[in-house]
Amino acid sequence: MSTLVLVLVTGVGLGALYFLVASGLSLIYGLMHVLNFAHGVFLTLGAFLGWEVASRIGATGWPAFLLSILVGGLVGTAFATVTELALIRPLYERHIEQVLVTVGLAFAAVALFEGIWGSDPIFITGPAWLDETTTLLGARIPNVYFVLMIAATALLASLVVFLRYTRYGMIIRAGVENRAMVTALGIDVKKSFTLVFAIGGSAAGVGGVLAAHYTGYVSAHLGQTLLIFAFIVTVIGGLGSLSGAAIASVLVAVLQQLANYYLGGTGDLIVVVALAVVLLVRPRGLLGRRPA
Amino acid sequence: MSTILEVAGMSASIGSQQVVESVSFSVPDTGITAVLGRNGVGKTSTLRGILGLIKRKGEVTLAGERIDGLPTHRIVQRGVGYVPEDREVFASLTVAENLALAERQANPRRDFVAHLFPDLVERRAQMAGTLSGGQQQMVSVARALLNDNRLLLVDEPTKGLAPRIVNEVAGALEEASRTVPILLVEQNLEVVKRLAKDAIVIDGGRVVHRGDAREILGDEELTRRLLGVHGDAPADGHGTEERA
Ligand SMILES: Nc1ncnc2c1ncn2[C@@H]1O[C@H](COP(=O)(O)OP(=O)(O)OP(=O)(O)O)[C@@H](O)[C@H]1O
Ligand SMILES: [Mg+2]
Repeated sequence: MSTLVLVLVTGVGLGALYFLVASGLSLIYGLMHVLNFAHGVFLTLGAFLGWEVASRIGATGWPAFLLSILVGGLVGTAFATVTELALIRPLYERHIEQVLVTVGLAFAAVALFEGIWGSDPIFITGPAWLDETTTLLGARIPNVYFVLMIAATALLASLVVFLRYTRYGMIIRAGVENRAMVTALGIDVKKSFTLVFAIGGSAAGVGGVLAAHYTGYVSAHLGQTLLIFAFIVTVIGGLGSLSGAAIASVLVAVLQQLANYYLGGTGDLIVVVALAVVLLVRPRGLLGRRPA
Repeated sequence: MSTILEVAGMSASIGSQQVVESVSFSVPDTGITAVLGRNGVGKTSTLRGILGLIKRKGEVTLAGERIDGLPTHRIVQRGVGYVPEDREVFASLTVAENLALAERQANPRRDFVAHLFPDLVERRAQMAGTLSGGQQQMVSVARALLNDNRLLLVDEPTKGLAPRIVNEVAGALEEASRTVPILLVEQNLEVVKRLAKDAIVIDGGRVVHRGDAREILGDEELTRRLLGVHGDAPADGHGTEERA
């Protein structure tokens, strides 16, 4: 019983981490039809610079941890914004070139990060509490999972409020449905492209810092590893659907954890099988819109 | 009478296919000008070309200023309202949100729109995707009427609507046309007769005729040749249901 609780709760926590990455991917794809392979770069950069700042201060307590999250978020936002403005926007409406640019950026950035920070993982320490456990229904759950869940819940809630109640949120929802008609109402839809990159980048940057504390290290490949699962989650949830991404994040991660514990570490395999099944049975994903 | 829109040698293409071949015409700055022509001759593409929604070449001048180099949103911001052929309301947004998105000026003409379409006021909170076709058309027309535009481009606003709704939409356009010129693509010839002063006839991606709307529709031989119909009969299949 307590093992099952452990597996389920850690699954939800891992799903929360996936969602921090997948939410941005999904928004970007939904509005711009660009699969952003550089999304992992935002995450890795957030993790490295968050760690740099915390270690410069030389502290491992809460203030340093919170500061590194702030830095991660800001770095992710800034880098994603620059990426959109400098690389994506000049290729407006040329989706294949846009995707290729993000692939190129991903490769280049990993090489650059290895050049700066080396190719070995850098082990990090945060507040001791993160590594301690809280007992829930007999299961001893590492506290870092709760932090992940809080972060993802806060992200989901703010995205929902933003999309639902602000004018830019309205433009993004309308743009996901019919971008041309948004411009035909006199709205410059390109501004919201930059905005979704910025939002996705900030979530990924925060996710990078949290991912580093979750795995216990930072490395140049941190982002790309997570990105693969985030892509799978986004596709299973339905490309462009935020709630789909949220549901699929949790489903996929719980399934992955269950398989890892009960089916001899076959989690990754099961996820790929789940992806294949969804693509065969319901290619538009759980909540994706029907192709027009 | 002066000209609000001047189109000179505009061609437009979708992908690699040219769908409008060098059309030239002008739209007077008052009243409703009809665009007529058989299905598939390029009426919709002409409007979309003017708006920059599809690739176009040639000169398009709005109130004396060239707009053919501008992106769509800038053209619209200069005072062009667009009611697209298939309504294109945002299905997952409410009626109120659809209308709010269209508001470009500090004091949008909400009262005017509410007066024309009281139904929409009642249905403010309803998802536009769950509205009837007629109600969606009202949302689409309302979006264009909320601002003080210099020109409206309206594409088959009565397509597939029941007679009562056709009347309501035509009445709204008639009322709007007192303050803004309208370029109207319309297959329902009764509506054209009621609303339009001038008409432009397009065939094979070119303007082949222009003149007084009633005169064109009164000329049996001309209408049969250019529109493939008799002036008193519906122009196409979906016209039949409109005159019960
Ligand atoms: N997406 C597209 N790809 C290729 N060709 C297209 C596309 N859309 C329209 N066309 C072609 O362009 C031509 C003009 O189409 P358009 O929609 O402008 O005609 P229309 O006069 O508005 O017709 P209708 O009266 O049926 O609305 C048609 O021959 C059509 O087949
Ligand atoms: Mg048409």
